[in-house]
Amino acid sequence: MSAPAIEAENLTKQYGESLAVAGISFAIRTGSITGLLGGNGAGKTTTIGMIMGLVLPSAGRVLVFGADMAREPYRVLHRMNFESPYVDLPHRLTVRQNLNVFALLYGVADRHGRIERLARELELREFIDRPAGKLSAGQKTRVALAKALINDPDLLVLDEPTASLDPDTADWIRGHLERYRARKNATILLASHNMGEVERLCDRVLMMKRGSIVDDGSPKELLARYGRQNLEEVFLDVARDRREPMPTREAAK
Amino acid sequence: MNASALAFSPRRVGAMILRHWYLLRSSWPRLLELVYWPAVQMFMWGFLQLGVAKFPGALAGTVSTFLAAFLLWDILFRGQIGYSMSFLEEMWSRNMPNLMISPLRATEFMLALVIMSMVRLSIGLVPVTILAIVFFGFNLWGLGIPLAAFFANLLFTSWSVGMFCSGLVLRHGLGAESLAWSLMFFFLPLTCVYYPVTTLPDWIQPLAWALPPTAVFEGMRALVIEHVFRADLMLWAFALNVLWLTAGTASFLWLLSAAKRSGSMLQIGE
Repeated sequence: MSAPAIEAENLTKQYGESLAVAGISFAIRTGSITGLLGGNGAGKTTTIGMIMGLVLPSAGRVLVFGADMAREPYRVLHRMNFESPYVDLPHRLTVRQNLNVFALLYGVADRHGRIERLARELELREFIDRPAGKLSAGQKTRVALAKALINDPDLLVLDEPTASLDPDTADWIRGHLERYRARKNATILLASHNMGEVERLCDRVLMMKRGSIVDDGSPKELLARYGRQNLEEVFLDVARDRREPMPTREAAK
Repeated sequence: MNASALAFSPRRVGAMILRHWYLLRSSWPRLLELVYWPAVQMFMWGFLQLGVAKFPGALAGTVSTFLAAFLLWDILFRGQIGYSMSFLEEMWSRNMPNLMISPLRATEFMLALVIMSMVRLSIGLVPVTILAIVFFGFNLWGLGIPLAAFFANLLFTSWSVGMFCSGLVLRHGLGAESLAWSLMFFFLPLTCVYYPVTTLPDWIQPLAWALPPTAVFEGMRALVIEHVFRADLMLWAFALNVLWLTAGTASFLWLLSAAKRSGSMLQIGE
C-alpha cells in the first residue's frame, strides 16, 4: 500500500485565545478524493492553509508526500496546487499570460503545449487572450482550475471549487475533476458546502466542527450511521448537535 | 532552513519579472504615473531655485545643487516605491497565496522586486533627467562615475526600506499600506537632502550619519559645489548599506514567517 499523500498528526492552530484547529490527526490515501466538511468557523480553511504551508501550526505537524510543510515545503510544492474563491489571479493579465507565468514558476516542460491542452480541456480558448478581470464567474473558476492544474499536480487542494457557479458549470467542473483523478491517480482534498458535490465526488468525508474532526467515513457510511437520505441531513445533524459525534476511525482503533 | 529553501532559480525570478512587465505593458496610467510625479517635482524645484538664484547674494550653483539633491532623493524614493508597488500589486490582486504555495522562494521573489524597482525607476527617471537638461541646463549624467556610486547606494537603501515595508504589509494586511508610501519621508529631514549635516542639532547628527543616504547627499554637495569626490563617504554609505540590506532581508523573512504564524496569509486584505 502506498504511503499517504497527507498525514496530519495532532495538528493544532491557536490564534490568541481562539483554538481554530484542535489537535486533529488523519491520513489521506494517495489517489483518493476526500471532502472536508464543516460549518463556517469549523477550521477547514485553517487546516487547508497548514496543508499548503500558508499557515504554521501551533503544535503537531502535517506531512505531504512525507515532507513536513512547516519545515521543508519546497520539497513538495512543485507537486501540489490549490484553488480557492478567496484567492485571485492578476486581473489585468490575460488568461494566457497568467498561465504562462505560473507555468514558468512551476517549471512546466513545454509550457505552451500545456497551456494549449488546458485551454482545450477546460474550454478556455474563447477568452484565453482576454484579461482575467473581465471574465464571468464561471470563466474565472475554469481559469483558476487551469492554474491549479498547470503543473499536473499529484495533490490538488480545492476550497469550494464550485461556489457561486450555475449548476451546469458546477457539474462540468466536477466531471473534469473526476476525469483528472482517474487519469493521474491524483489525490484531491476538497472543502465544500455543496453536499451533492461531496456525495458525488468523494470517497471519504472528514466532518469538522469547532476545530475537531467529529466524524469520518465514506458518504455511504455516514448516511448509514446517521440514518439519513443525504449528506445535507447528516451535515445538519452534526452542525446542530442532533446526534452524538461518532468516534472517528482512528479513535475507534 | 533546509537546503531546498535556499535553492535559486533564475527561471522563477524571470517569471515574476515577466508577470510585472505584462502588467506595466497593459496599463498606460501605470506607465504615465512613473514619469508624472518626478517630472512635476523636478519642474517645481527647478523653477523655485531659478527664482531664488535671482536674489542678490544667492550662491552660484544653487540650481544645480538643489536639482541634483532632488533627483537623487527621487532615486531613493522611487526605488523604494518601485519595490513596494510591485509587492502591493500582488496584494491588491489577491495573488499572494498563489505565489506562496508555488515553488517560488522568498529570496527569488525579493530579487524580482529589486529588478522591477530598477525597471520602474529607469522608465520614470531617464526622461526626467533629460527634461532637466533641456529646461535647466542641469545634466545629472554629467556627474560621471560618482553618479554610479550615488545611484547604487541610494538604491540599496531604498530596497532595504521596501523589504521592511512589504513585510509589514504581509504581516498586518493592506491596513499598513500607507507605510509603503510614507515611511521614506521619515528620512527626508534626517538624511539632509537639501542642507549639510552640520545644520542639524549636534545630538541628532550621529543618527543622521547612521543613515546611508546622508553620506550620499553630503558627497553630492562636495562634488557639485567643491568639485571633490569623497570616496570615504561612499565607502561609509556602502558599509552601512550592507547592514541595511541584511536587516531588510531578515525583516521581510521574519515578517513572512510571522504572517504564516498569525494566519494573515489567509486573510489578504485590510
